[in-house]
Amino acid sequence: MSEKVLLQMKNIHKRFPGVYALKDINFELHAGEVHALLGENGAGKSTLIKILGGIYTADQGEIIIDGEKAEIHDVLSAQKNGIAIIHQELVLVPHMTVAENIFLGREPKVAGFVNQDKMRQEAQALLDDYDMHIDADTLIKDLTIAQQQMVEIVKAISFNSKILVMDEPTSSIADKEVAFLFTTMRTLTAKGVGIIYISHKMSELEEICDRVTVMRDGTYVGTEVVKNTSKDELIAMMVGRELENYYTRDYQNATEVILKCVDIADGNMAQGASFELRKGEIIGFAGLVGAGRSEVMKCIFGLTKNYTGKIYLEGKEVKITSPVQAMKAGIALVPEDRKLEGLYKVQSVQYNSTIEVLDQFIKGIIVDQKKEDEITQKYIDLMATKTPSREQVIGNLSGGNQQKVMIGRWLATNPKVLILDEPTRGVDVGAKSEIYSIMNELVKTGMSIIMISSELPEIINMSDRIYVMAGGKVKGCLNHDEVTQESIMQLAAV
Amino acid sequence: MTRSKTITKSTLSSKATKKVKIYFKDNLGIIVAFLILCIFLSVNPATSNSFFTTKNLFNVLRQISTNLYLACGMTMVIILGGIDLSVGSIIALSGCIAAGCVSRYGMPIGVAIIIGVLVGLLVGMFNGLVISKTTIPPFIVTLATMNIAKGLAYVYTGGSPVRVVTKEWQFIGAGYIGPFPAPVVILVVVLIITAIIMNKTKIGRHMYAVGGNQQAAEFSGINVAKVKFFVHAFSGAMAGLAGIVLASRMYSGQPTAGDGSEMDAIAAVVVGGTSMAGGSGKIGGTIIGGLIIGVLNNGLNLMNVNSFWQYVVKGVVILLAVFLDYIRNKKSR
Repeated sequence: MSEKVLLQMKNIHKRFPGVYALKDINFELHAGEVHALLGENGAGKSTLIKILGGIYTADQGEIIIDGEKAEIHDVLSAQKNGIAIIHQELVLVPHMTVAENIFLGREPKVAGFVNQDKMRQEAQALLDDYDMHIDADTLIKDLTIAQQQMVEIVKAISFNSKILVMDEPTSSIADKEVAFLFTTMRTLTAKGVGIIYISHKMSELEEICDRVTVMRDGTYVGTEVVKNTSKDELIAMMVGRELENYYTRDYQNATEVILKCVDIADGNMAQGASFELRKGEIIGFAGLVGAGRSEVMKCIFGLTKNYTGKIYLEGKEVKITSPVQAMKAGIALVPEDRKLEGLYKVQSVQYNSTIEVLDQFIKGIIVDQKKEDEITQKYIDLMATKTPSREQVIGNLSGGNQQKVMIGRWLATNPKVLILDEPTRGVDVGAKSEIYSIMNELVKTGMSIIMISSELPEIINMSDRIYVMAGGKVKGCLNHDEVTQESIMQLAAV
Repeated sequence: MTRSKTITKSTLSSKATKKVKIYFKDNLGIIVAFLILCIFLSVNPATSNSFFTTKNLFNVLRQISTNLYLACGMTMVIILGGIDLSVGSIIALSGCIAAGCVSRYGMPIGVAIIIGVLVGLLVGMFNGLVISKTTIPPFIVTLATMNIAKGLAYVYTGGSPVRVVTKEWQFIGAGYIGPFPAPVVILVVVLIITAIIMNKTKIGRHMYAVGGNQQAAEFSGINVAKVKFFVHAFSGAMAGLAGIVLASRMYSGQPTAGDGSEMDAIAAVVVGGTSMAGGSGKIGGTIIGGLIIGVLNNGLNLMNVNSFWQYVVKGVVILLAVFLDYIRNKKSR
């Protein structure tokens, strides 16, 4: 890692109507380093990145690139200054080829027509440079998410970018692909590119990042060399206080089996999974992406209608073929992808809280408004959701608070068995810790929880027992007092 | 005792004022546009004598009533994220068949009206069935039924109007109930029913969920197919009703009736602030949207504006009304 300063953002201020989004932020990026930008949701990371990318303009402060003051006032001038941003949501055109996407808007031309051959060759050369094993003629829609990300990176490089911003690049790709992503990032830094890396996953910091800058509530907290700091120290910087108990868990002696599933299969991703859940217990489901964990849960919740296998609830066999039946039987499922499967984004917190329990306060055309308000408030209080009012549009809340509303929505159905699929994905550290302690409280009252999670520390610290799945089957069950990350990974590897 | 009563009364009225306030806040742009339009027509020397008269205002309401019947169904359809192009043709089909029931088969008028509404309901149910059971886009499905219904109307009539010349037949479209035009009284009833369905019932809430995020609606245990079926059936029935009222006003069922009226309904809904993306929208907005378009048509007629130019003006006003809200939303973000 060289000490050459590539980028300096000095004393950046940004105000929005009613919000002082960035207060005197300083940020520095060296050539050849991976520099993590860390902070809870709402800390101002994305605002800072948007200023760098030319989407917003700073009210005060300056940006210095290679020792010279840079004028960035729109996306194009950011590009000209060698800045490329890879957003969390990929922005490729699905029905065009890889080559066409890489050269979109600047296609090599011959007599006014696109020179297809030249474009394809140049794109392929770029892809091969980074050992990507992607054919430049493939349509984007036929690539995996991870491969699409690689194409985005190649596209960024082809602009001769020196500064690369990656916004949560690992949030939607499997571990194996993460390793390849990291290798590619190392190839880039060796060439002198500086990478700004945004992620919620602390474990990745140690693996890939050289330095880390922490932001909190729109202010600059500090910059540390990753090797010289610890996870606890960073979390303390992020939340502004020591989180005494990040994970809260009081294990109790659970004996009574409440849910027993035998050979659950959907003829596709789920290939015959069997497990038991006891009353007052949290069981974890670990495994790689595509191991069939969510698919098994979808069978139990009645979303997959043609499943085989047997489900016993409190000793009696039940046949569940719709979510309504599942909820009646006392099973609730908080889905994996909040945005896609859970949120009614333009509606209020109240609407989002009560949509599954309308029966409790609507009789025919008589709406008991007081009852609805009570239900909503009860779960706002229980989940400690931070919202200005019940009428607030849910899309304006932070990811953590949205997730709390989601969990509250399904708790309102009074489940005996609560299935949480990736309950803390895209949730900031403070809210994560709160969700853990709520889970702990819930099982103390006799509820039983199934948690699917790809975050090993969370699954190890929160579960009584951990089922590991691979290839649609349960490969083993580990007790919380004997489990390690290694023992899980051994079972999970196909 | 009396004290607690007054307290509940005052909280009730404060709740009501809160709702009125929210209504004005949500629809500020179009309410302002509507008021400007009305003030202009009352002040402008060319129309000041004729616009603000009871007769003319009832006339405007009568004219917009059929459009608003359609818009009631269309608001729900658009909240689902879909569109219903077939309503204009349903007007023709239901009007012709209802008129035929009276003039050709000598049925009582009440029965003819029921049959007319049923015709609309049937087409709507067919739309709903195909849309809820397949993934064919509503645009395509209703484009097809639009042609089918129009074609059936021509087949049934042989291309010429089905005349009905009894006074009773004209009542529903041109008569009065007390001092109020009959179509306006029907409109009030239809609006109340629509508002109740959308705001007070489970299926009303479910519409917003299905339109806002269908996948989430499935996770929430909402019967998505049922909601889609209901909404399209309702839209069809509203169009059936509009067809009868129009046929009554014109003394005949005409296969050309209702041509292009689906677009006026869509305009009323969109000007009223319902998003074409689905998941949001209110019937209150649609009412103002329909009023704007109605008053505009009326004003242009009173001002003797050439009917060719009326289209241009109408288009510009639709764009302006939507643009006002766009700017407001952008600012609040």
